[in-house]
Amino acid sequence: MDERQIVDTEEIKAKIEEAVKEIKSSATLREIKMKFLGKTGEISGLMKKLKEVPPEERPSLGKVINALREWAETRFDEFEKYVKKAELSERYAHEKLDVTLPGNRRRKGAYHPDTLIVDELVSVFAGMGFEIYEGREIETDYYNFTALNTPKDHPARDMQDTFYLGGDFLLRTQTSAGQVHVMESKKPPIKILSPGKVYRPDDDATHSPMFSQMEGLVVDKGITLCDLKGMLDEFAKKVFGDGVKTRLRPSYFPFTEPSVEVDVSCFECGGKGCKLCKGTGWIEVLGAGMVNRAVLENCGIDPDEYTGFAFGMGIERIAMLKYGINNMKLLFEGDVRFSRQFRV
Amino acid sequence: MIAPLSWLKDYVDIDVTAQELQEKLFSCGFEVEELYQVGKDISGVYVGEVIECQPVEGTHLHVCKVGCGDKGIFQICCGADNVKKGIKAPVALEGATVYATAKDHVTIEGVTTIKKGKLRGIESFGMLCSGTELGVNGDMFEGADYNGLLILPSDSKNGEDVKPLLGLDDYIFDISITANRPDCQSILGIAREVAAVLKKPLKEPDMSYKMVKDAKKKVKVTVEAPELCPRYIAHYVKDIKIGSSPMWMKRRLALCGLRSISNVVDITNFVLLEMGQPMHAFDLNTIEGSEIVVRRAKDGERIVTLDEKEFTLNHDNLVICDGSKPAALAGIMGGLNTEIKDDTTAVLFEAAKFARDSVRKTSRALGQHSDSSAIFEKGTNEYTTEHAMKRALHLIEQLGCGTVTDVCCDVKTPFSDTQEKHMTVSPAKINALLGIEVPAEVMEDILKSLNFGVKLSGDDLDLTLPRYRDDIFGYPDIAEEIIRMYGYDHIHGTFMPTGKITNGGYNESQRALNKLKSLLVAEGLYEVSNYSFYSEKDIDMLRIPEDAPERSYIKILNPISEELSVMRTFLAPSMVNTMLRNLKRGNYEGGAFELAKVYIPKSLPLSDFPEEKMRLCIGMWGSANFFNLKGITENIADSLNVQFEYTSASRPFLHPGMTADIICDGEVVGYIGAVDPEIIENISAERPMLLAEFDYELLEKHAKPFRYTPLPKFAEATRDLALLADSDVTCAQIQKEIYSACKYVTEVKLFDIYVGNQIESGKKSMAFNITFTPKDEAFSGDKLDGFIKKILSSLKYKLGVTLR
Repeated sequence: MDERQIVDTEEIKAKIEEAVKEIKSSATLREIKMKFLGKTGEISGLMKKLKEVPPEERPSLGKVINALREWAETRFDEFEKYVKKAELSERYAHEKLDVTLPGNRRRKGAYHPDTLIVDELVSVFAGMGFEIYEGREIETDYYNFTALNTPKDHPARDMQDTFYLGGDFLLRTQTSAGQVHVMESKKPPIKILSPGKVYRPDDDATHSPMFSQMEGLVVDKGITLCDLKGMLDEFAKKVFGDGVKTRLRPSYFPFTEPSVEVDVSCFECGGKGCKLCKGTGWIEVLGAGMVNRAVLENCGIDPDEYTGFAFGMGIERIAMLKYGINNMKLLFEGDVRFSRQFRV
Repeated sequence: MIAPLSWLKDYVDIDVTAQELQEKLFSCGFEVEELYQVGKDISGVYVGEVIECQPVEGTHLHVCKVGCGDKGIFQICCGADNVKKGIKAPVALEGATVYATAKDHVTIEGVTTIKKGKLRGIESFGMLCSGTELGVNGDMFEGADYNGLLILPSDSKNGEDVKPLLGLDDYIFDISITANRPDCQSILGIAREVAAVLKKPLKEPDMSYKMVKDAKKKVKVTVEAPELCPRYIAHYVKDIKIGSSPMWMKRRLALCGLRSISNVVDITNFVLLEMGQPMHAFDLNTIEGSEIVVRRAKDGERIVTLDEKEFTLNHDNLVICDGSKPAALAGIMGGLNTEIKDDTTAVLFEAAKFARDSVRKTSRALGQHSDSSAIFEKGTNEYTTEHAMKRALHLIEQLGCGTVTDVCCDVKTPFSDTQEKHMTVSPAKINALLGIEVPAEVMEDILKSLNFGVKLSGDDLDLTLPRYRDDIFGYPDIAEEIIRMYGYDHIHGTFMPTGKITNGGYNESQRALNKLKSLLVAEGLYEVSNYSFYSEKDIDMLRIPEDAPERSYIKILNPISEELSVMRTFLAPSMVNTMLRNLKRGNYEGGAFELAKVYIPKSLPLSDFPEEKMRLCIGMWGSANFFNLKGITENIADSLNVQFEYTSASRPFLHPGMTADIICDGEVVGYIGAVDPEIIENISAERPMLLAEFDYELLEKHAKPFRYTPLPKFAEATRDLALLADSDVTCAQIQKEIYSACKYVTEVKLFDIYVGNQIESGKKSMAFNITFTPKDEAFSGDKLDGFIKKILSSLKYKLGVTLR
């Protein structure tokens, strides 16, 4: 008996080809594969026929069947690959996104511009060894004025109007008031930075009855005006940019002597002159000076042994300069359209 | 301080441009706020002589031939009534800029450029000008007020630029004077600085005069309030002839913005500007008893000042009186009753030093200010007082408007200070303060240029201070004088080579606050900064009862307005207003937080420093609900490593059903809730608002340091329970019961809540996810079943809660 009559491999192959021709899904493909290669499948069924042939023919028939099985397995693998690929590309097409749709998130809020500036200044000065001291906002006349070498009839009192609260109490007009508290409680070396709210009865586009200042104070042996300049150079570079220079010019504050006004070279135009610097190439950023001997004496520090410098700047002024804010009021209105912009 | 360049040139040979001088002044401490060029709008105007002048028939016009020297001869049509052959007048040639005037020829309406034109068909190649068209008035140039041509002197040179002739080539410096330099509130004071900075000698003004003996007149001066008037000089001038001042004086006053009044009054104003000493001239014939008494006013005493305003005075006001009545408000303004009139024949000049705070207080209290009070408020010195009187008497003589007598009263009270002051300074110490080496000779030169007497004494400098300087107390003041003249550009940066190294940065508490801020920002909130003060109306808005602690506030005695008059005792009113402001501006959704101080008085009125307590306030408006805000406060608890409990509570401004106290370790640390809908309606907010406010110091107090908990050795197990509870049983009650029923429960999470027709009314269904954390061995299914059984029986027994 010819083995071909027992096992028509070509017929089975043709059947398989026919069965998978229209297959689109891998699940159907698996079903068909089972029909041929499963335990009870057609090809597995052929093995039973081995018993029907004489023992001497069995090895050759077995080979034929195994070859068919191998052929079928390879074929099905090929089909599977093909179907999977087709399925995947269909899935890709189906799952294609409009990637311009917005992300799903809770939008972050934002810090107040003052916080951003204070944080930046603190990180600059902390590196130079300045501790942060936050003084009280309600002060007495003594701490805000008298101890700072501004006695009652002093014309410098006219430089800044003051909110009075009765008795000797007032809202501090300058963070310098904190200087005295620090020097009363701490002996040199002193290096403090004191940010905080201050109050003056002014109200217009560039003045607010409440605003913030940052005061710096250094008291140690042998401190000079050159040390003040060196520190301010560092501050200007870190806050306003690498090429920014500082310029000192004479000024007057009762609690420093000599007193200086400090300008930085315009970071907008590089000193050539522009709208921001009003064509001068310089922008006034802070007041400073060598701590007045009378102030040291008032705080029980020997002015013959120690010298020091102090500086003070308006936080809002720095914020307005740095971010280009044109009206100070915006900083105190809490309008979220303003706040949102600082989500940086 | 206004200083014309032409006037400064009287005292210093200024050989630099106005712009260079501005730079020099700036470098030595005098910022020129504005440098104003007097004739900046005028150009191309020359001296012209009318050589022909023919009337144009039927019009008011004349057609003229005007000779302009080397510029040529021009045909110009002129409508002025004083044009005639032979006069000289300013001619604006084609391309010139002058002021355009309205039909009245007086009102200036901007700058115009002269073009060739035709008037009534007659060609005109320029314009003959009036004073107004050149911006010159009668005080600036004789005859410039005339509403017609400005007639120039006949010796003016044809074709010459008129600007120098009319003083239009001048510059005016508006200089800001720091409070320590009241001596520079004068032309002479500025001139001294200019001389020093230009290294030129100073030419002092002439202060010489002759006195005529007058034995008949006796003038008596008594200073009864020497503490307010340390020095008073009165000098009698007779044979006064009131008239107008000479042109040069009128011009000077005009450049400084003062109108000429009469020779005697002008002299007092001139001396005020020149020397910085306010002076006063009394009509001596109106001074009763020829007697001056300087005293405090009696309460209720009245005075009418020169500007015809009447004031009621009190004990704090210093007055200059005659034998019976107040004749002047000391240092502020003279009285109407003793003013100089056209027929005044005898004048008593006053030059005095009044205490600066006395003048300031009176001036403010009465709301009466003058050039004089402005100067006294900043401070004057007796050196100038003496010299100003001399200068005034010199000017009387120079103007020929009176005879200076020898009748003079100079009262030096015990408060007077005319002593020369000396000081010894060490150049080494000055250099040690500056951080540079300025040679001692340079110091000497600088100080001499500033009129210090300087003598070298060993290594030190012995100084005699200029008598007009009241701002020099110690060597740092001298250091400043030196460095401002030597130049701040000599100061180079150093980095505290002698200082000790210190440790810087935020302390722990400051870091914790920053961490909280960063959490709130991550939660989508915007940090805001509200004013530390609000209005009583804002407290009323939140329906705070009369006796509530929020109403024990500190009041500002001199607020800008009622809206900003009360120091905050809690932050909620400001936050509600911030939310409202946003809603009114169309920002319908948002969340904000503020970390700021409130001010709690220990007693009122204040007798001790009040407490300044940090608070945190959060506000959300728009679609956010109670639980959105609670989610944030729960995250705050996590970040502090604490648990918050929430118990139903009430606040006068919050929805009674949507308010909770926030409790930490048994202490109320804040509240959370929805703003009462009635308030929302009252303030027309139209959207819901939520509020939470914490006492930040309590949060800080309860915050726990974080420690890592070891991971469980055995896998955790979770079970879900759907429970049926009466609607008034709270989530917290159930959670608490579950925790206490089984010690292995480490988390109880609500994941569903249902009320509706699937369950009986008055009940709610709540589904919890419970986590069990084993300690010594993994939990078997049976063991977990046992826990659940125990939990369920406990829930049923304690709360009547059953498995759904």
